[in-house]
Amino acid sequence: MEYLSLFVKSIFVDNMIFAYFLGMCSYLAVSKNVKTANGLGLAVIFVLLFTLPINWALDTFVLKPGALSWLGEGFADVDLSFLSFIIFIAVIAAFTQLVEMIVEKFLPSLYSSLGIYLPLIAVNCAILGGSLFMQQKDFANFGESAVYALGSGIGWYLAIVALAAIREKMSYSNVPAGLKGIGITFITVGLMGMAFMIFMGISL
Amino acid sequence: MKETILNPILKGNPITVLVLGICSSLAVTVELKGAFVMALSVIAVTGLSSLVCSLLRNTIPNRVRIIVQLVVVALMVILVDQFLKAFEATYAIDKSLSVYIGLIITNCIVMGRIEAFALGNKPVPSLLDGIANGAGYGMILIIVAFFRELLGSGTLFGFQVIPQALYDAGYVNNGLVILPPFALILLGCIIWVHRSIDKSLQEK
Repeated sequence: MEYLSLFVKSIFVDNMIFAYFLGMCSYLAVSKNVKTANGLGLAVIFVLLFTLPINWALDTFVLKPGALSWLGEGFADVDLSFLSFIIFIAVIAAFTQLVEMIVEKFLPSLYSSLGIYLPLIAVNCAILGGSLFMQQKDFANFGESAVYALGSGIGWYLAIVALAAIREKMSYSNVPAGLKGIGITFITVGLMGMAFMIFMGISL
Repeated sequence: MKETILNPILKGNPITVLVLGICSSLAVTVELKGAFVMALSVIAVTGLSSLVCSLLRNTIPNRVRIIVQLVVVALMVILVDQFLKAFEATYAIDKSLSVYIGLIITNCIVMGRIEAFALGNKPVPSLLDGIANGAGYGMILIIVAFFRELLGSGTLFGFQVIPQALYDAGYVNNGLVILPPFALILLGCIIWVHRSIDKSLQEK
């Protein structure tokens, strides 16, 4: 039950895009059509789902103050938490490289349509943000971090596919010259964010 | 030289024109103080990492350059984060800022400027370019934060600006402005204004 509430909460209430604005760069750039958005969304879910639990394990057993105590008494007061940024980003960069190779081999058409944004998942704030929020939320066990990763990945996926669908329809409308392109997209995302606000304050 | 400094602030502004680095920033614009700290941190990180990468530009092998850049940026962010942690209590900096400081690593502006400028230019212009881009980014951040704090809480830098008499007469702070989606709408409007003044930036 706890897992279920964490799952729903991370999809809707703590949505990566609408509540924290994480992963905005690729979100705005790759949301021009639904098909590519779908591919990138799935790639983000995949990377989050694996890197976040790995980072949780590293945080719990290596980085936290006192985390190294399983090595022996002398390590009980070692605090490596200042290294967490560098360790997290290294795990994420390595994992993204792996995903890139898999997509290139098995889904070449998706690979060419995602282009530069696939390697850029490494610098997608949603991924690193997920790990940093995980550290801040201080999850008790492996399962919680995995559920949180899956939930926030799905939240990001929903958001990008929804925006892509709206932008596809919007290409037929008459937008003021200065707002064309990125301006109206920002406003659309803002309005979508407001719609997502209805989930705020729901206690699960 | 003058071009290097002025271009990123107006014509090639990283946020409104290039749409880079929206990710880690908008959540810190609820009040001016957070935005100010964030702006200074980004200026420091972009400037210093551009400088270091430019010094290393002839020794970095092309294949592993992304990882080297990430390590340099992560190092600078750790420095800034530790610096802020040291002064956190003195200046009452909000703790929640720490996650967003960490997210400067994945801020596309930093990587973008290293890739596009620092790797092909001498150290001093690279440093200036980094600082100018950080400043262009910080400027937008501060504009957004100014409106959000003024309309949302009636204060600037924590000092009350809207007189008490107005509140007594029935003026109410706008709760919507504090919510995250409003930052996007405000940004959309800034882009609108910017592109209406400079028509060459409009998208077809």
